[in-house]
Amino acid sequence: MKSVIAENLVKTYDKGTVKALNGLNLDVEEGTVLGVLGPNGAGKTTTVRILATLLTPDSGHATVAGIDVIKNPDQVREVIGLSGQYAAVDETLTGWDNLVMFSRLYHLSPSASKKRAEELLEQFSLTDAAKRPIRTYSGGMRRRLDLAASLIVRPKILFLDEPTTGLDPRGRQEMWGVIDSLVKDGTTLLLTTQYLEEADQLADDIAVIDLGTVIARGTSDQLKRQVGGERLEIVAESQDLKKVTEIVERVSGGKALVEESSRQVSAPVTTGSKALIEAARSFDDAGIHPLDIGLKRPSLDDVFIALTGHAAEDKKEEEVVDPRARKRKKK
Amino acid sequence: MKYAISDSLVVTKRQLLQLIRVPEVLIFSTIQPVMFVLLFRYVFGGSISTGIPGVDYVQLLMPGIFVQTVAFTLAGTAVGLAEDMQKGLIDRFRSLPISRSAVVFGRALGDSTLNIVVLTVMGLAGYLVGWRPSSGFLNVILGFAFLLLFGFAMSWVGVLIGLSVRSARVANAAVFIAVFPLTFLSNAFAPTTGMPKALQYFAEWNPVSTMVAGCRELFGLENIFGVTANSWPSQNPLEMSLIYMVLIMTVFIPLSVRKYINTAAK
Repeated sequence: MKSVIAENLVKTYDKGTVKALNGLNLDVEEGTVLGVLGPNGAGKTTTVRILATLLTPDSGHATVAGIDVIKNPDQVREVIGLSGQYAAVDETLTGWDNLVMFSRLYHLSPSASKKRAEELLEQFSLTDAAKRPIRTYSGGMRRRLDLAASLIVRPKILFLDEPTTGLDPRGRQEMWGVIDSLVKDGTTLLLTTQYLEEADQLADDIAVIDLGTVIARGTSDQLKRQVGGERLEIVAESQDLKKVTEIVERVSGGKALVEESSRQVSAPVTTGSKALIEAARSFDDAGIHPLDIGLKRPSLDDVFIALTGHAAEDKKEEEVVDPRARKRKKK
Repeated sequence: MKYAISDSLVVTKRQLLQLIRVPEVLIFSTIQPVMFVLLFRYVFGGSISTGIPGVDYVQLLMPGIFVQTVAFTLAGTAVGLAEDMQKGLIDRFRSLPISRSAVVFGRALGDSTLNIVVLTVMGLAGYLVGWRPSSGFLNVILGFAFLLLFGFAMSWVGVLIGLSVRSARVANAAVFIAVFPLTFLSNAFAPTTGMPKALQYFAEWNPVSTMVAGCRELFGLENIFGVTANSWPSQNPLEMSLIYMVLIMTVFIPLSVRKYINTAAK
């Protein structure tokens, strides 16, 4: 059974000048996780806001748990949980205050609210911070509390809009752990993210969206195959580049991409670590010692380049000629 | 909806909890009006003549400052809601199965509760600097009830502003521009009779003026009107104020609730 269905959703802003959704179709099978992957401005948040009844689409149709989100928003609100991009909790109040307040708003009795707040604080390892105002929490703790607040009535369907954006690696790991355990309990989850790695970790199925429509759909393996899998990347001294290129082309059996300015040679490979070992052995035999050598897995940028021909982020501000040059800049 | 009232009270309770968790807010929102009382009483009080023999300025001033303070209730409402919206809290509330008016109603109610505290402190401060209402206990209580109702009505204007602007800072600026002239183009601090004729018409029909005049009446004072002295509002400031309040609420409550339902954050 499909827990979430979106058909032909269209949403424009600013009197039709900005098209956020352009005929978007989605569905989520009950008990599974759909990762909605896309750059900023692709329409991820708009999709979630429509499905969570916060926004009415210009046209199209959507149901959540079989309930029409446009006709019966009140009923939809009874069965969903929503956790947004920024932690939507009251920062001046304590974690405990927040959870009790939201429990009360879900119409639990005062004593049941306190009990539920306690359980959730325990479940999300926030018991020690329960009596502290949220503004003293770390980013990761805020997100956990925000997530806890969306789980008060154990929703059948959970929407998480970029749950780890802005978190440091440790916060992200913690969040993934928490989400993973929820999924194991059978919650249907629609998760938006900008990170391929995140979709990879958490989602059964991934929908890639760009410019308001779904441009690819499949498991992460299927998508990566579409992108071309792993690349062998070598950085070497300038005088060695020619030799390095020869070796890389022999190992990969294809044309290598050479970037003189960054002294980098790369090529797609299908044999994984075997190719890496073979290349390393050949370099050693030839007396070359590369500065850097490794296998790079496809990133969201690569998925986007492959699927859309443009990079994932800042697509309007800068025309990106080579995605890998950008990636290094970010490091 | 059967939860409409209890949902609102939960939202109001949240606001009162905020005051306990961050008491500075309460402290500063009472210091400011008390400061006004002292400034006007001692800086201007000596040079403004009341025109009524035997009545010193502080008697006329206090109702004026009370009305000004409750009129500014809408600032707190607007800024609070704009902040909630900026932080995504309104989104969360809107995704909950709660009554559609609970969040805004609860906010307006919370700001009125805060007004009770502020008015009490101001009343005591006024008493210390010589304010002596002469109308008896019941009328004084009635006067404060009247002020609270005005604050509640103004809150709804604040709800609409708070949900319409992009940020809390804009809300603050917008409110200041809207309310500041209203409170000064009135009889709150100086008699309107000294103003240019054209301005007198505006000042005397201004809801702030009818409120001030009404409160003065309830606190046992007579208010002096200029060019509109024989008009119905000047003869019946209490009734006129009530009409204004009902008018504000019938316009702004439905608009605010609708705005909340349709609001798009960010």
